[in-house]
Amino acid sequence: MEPVLEIRNLNVDYGLGDKAVHAVRDVNLTLHRGEVLGLAGESGSGKSTLAYGLTRLLAPPGVITGGEVVYHPERSPAYDVLRLTDNELRAFRWAETAIVFQGAMNSLNPVHKISTQLTDVLRAHEPKMSEHSRNARAREMLKVVGISPDRMEAYPHQLSGGMRQRVMIGMALILQPQVVIMDEPTTALDVVMQRQILGQLIELRERLGFSVIFITHDLSLLVEFSNRIAIMYGGRIVEEAPASTIYRDALHPYSKGLLGSFPALRGPRRELAGIPGSPPDLAGMPSGCSFHPRCPKAFDPCSANIPVLGRPGTPDGSVRSVACWLHPVPAGEE
Amino acid sequence: MKYFLQRIAFYLFTAWAAITLNFFIPRLVPGDPVQSLIAKFRGQLSSEAINSLYVLFGLDDDRSLWSQYIDYWGQLFRGDLGLSFTFFPAPVSQVIGDALPWTILLVGVTTIISFLLGTSLGVVAGWRRGSWADGLLPVTTFFSSVPYFWLGIIAIYLLAGPDSFFPSSGGFDSGLIPAWDQYFIPSAIQHSLLPALTILISSVSGWILSMRNMMVTVSSEDYITVAHAKGLSERRVAVGYAARNALLPNVSGFALSLGFIVGGTLLVEIVFSYPGLGFILLQALGAKDYPLMQGIFLIITISVLVANLLADVAYMLLDPRTRKEG
Repeated sequence: MEPVLEIRNLNVDYGLGDKAVHAVRDVNLTLHRGEVLGLAGESGSGKSTLAYGLTRLLAPPGVITGGEVVYHPERSPAYDVLRLTDNELRAFRWAETAIVFQGAMNSLNPVHKISTQLTDVLRAHEPKMSEHSRNARAREMLKVVGISPDRMEAYPHQLSGGMRQRVMIGMALILQPQVVIMDEPTTALDVVMQRQILGQLIELRERLGFSVIFITHDLSLLVEFSNRIAIMYGGRIVEEAPASTIYRDALHPYSKGLLGSFPALRGPRRELAGIPGSPPDLAGMPSGCSFHPRCPKAFDPCSANIPVLGRPGTPDGSVRSVACWLHPVPAGEE
Repeated sequence: MKYFLQRIAFYLFTAWAAITLNFFIPRLVPGDPVQSLIAKFRGQLSSEAINSLYVLFGLDDDRSLWSQYIDYWGQLFRGDLGLSFTFFPAPVSQVIGDALPWTILLVGVTTIISFLLGTSLGVVAGWRRGSWADGLLPVTTFFSSVPYFWLGIIAIYLLAGPDSFFPSSGGFDSGLIPAWDQYFIPSAIQHSLLPALTILISSVSGWILSMRNMMVTVSSEDYITVAHAKGLSERRVAVGYAARNALLPNVSGFALSLGFIVGGTLLVEIVFSYPGLGFILLQALGAKDYPLMQGIFLIITISVLVANLLADVAYMLLDPRTRKEG
């Protein structure tokens, strides 16, 4: 499969110098054209920071300290997003990579009409477009996400939470980006609305063909909606595999813990088990594997050395990787 | 619109309550203010004036409080606020009418300049926080905590004097007659510079601080991040998204400060002996000039109410959330 976004050795710190907190460490992740990549982890695992980092939206004191984010446009050569100038970056944003944020309620500017907020993207990116066609495009996007176009002149406070998030999704697709990053887009919504919106999103993806990075702490959602899942812990990716593989046969004890913390819809009843302890303090990370203090299967090397993310020597040879001393990378491979 | 009418009804009620209080307060003052005034102005008050004083204070015994109250309203609508004692025999309405333009021009113009200047500087300081603009903060904190009359005294001490360009008191050269001519206007402007500067320096800091803080608060809102992510120009994000939202509390603060133009800068006018309303109020207080005080309080009350109404209207125009359909 063709990659559309490659994250290489991305490091993000909060703060500078000795007191800096490493929120994202050496993350390597590839998003392929047309796929839904799920990114899961507890609060504070660095998943949102990763999303903000790769779009260069980090608010101070967040700094990208290293790495590359290589974007592959459909027809022109690839480039590193982190090296774009301010003007290039502005042109890149939304046109190539759009984001839907977690705050469904606060993502829209309360003092401007929906129409203004939909069309100012077009005004910024396609200045030659006429007023009339801008409005037509905005109405069309509302229709795409299932909102009546006569809501164009509404203000955000006149819409429900679900409608606002749909407006945001419509806004994200208005320039037909290649990549849409969804940062917990449905956490503020009720379960029914959550499913509706996700179903709609999957349908739109099949129709328009964009790729999605879907960030959530709800692994059960990802199992259902994504093609591949990457699991983050303490700023690192600890396991990455196709969704069904993770669901059936997670290798990392942390992934197993996450999977064990929600009930399966079908199959035999089993006891739900949480993960004991709490996520690590990013300012004082444990030595070795950062999960070892909470890990039920920790043994000698875990506290001493950081496990490398790599392909474990699994018999079936599926494309997956894990960073765990229980599943060491065979020598010579990475 | 319904909301707007509700507000208007509320303000009419408040105005009625304030005016009614204004009617009753002199009648609650122990003793007889007219007698003490007659004693003070012995031989100078005509019997007509004394009668009208009695009517004004509601001390003409043969009439009920209710009919006095009706008369009082009738007088108000005719613009008749009684006679002033300090500026006898000038009617209160004329005394206030003479002083009001001075105050409105001096304080009104400086308040507007101060608001516009302070808010724009606050937008810049809030948007570019962490840069040179932060150097502005200690200075503004200092000036916003300095009382402006003290600043006025210092300004007179340092800048005004017999040989200085800045006159230390008054609203115009004593040799001139107020008129719209080429002698009077420059003199009036020259006299207003120092008080205006004093008010400006001490009030602009407050606007800078509050606008900067609101900008910082608003900058961390999700819709600002969304605006950046949308690839909008820096200017559009700063003005259309951040400043547009940060402005709201400042606008209501501005409308309220317009209400206090009339009474709020009393001390500056006193320090500079500026012939505005505050200076007149000081004289009225010193002379126990009840009609004049009553008149000035009435003007202050009305201007505060009108300013509040303006604040509501401005808010309705700027914030769609306060607009209600129907």
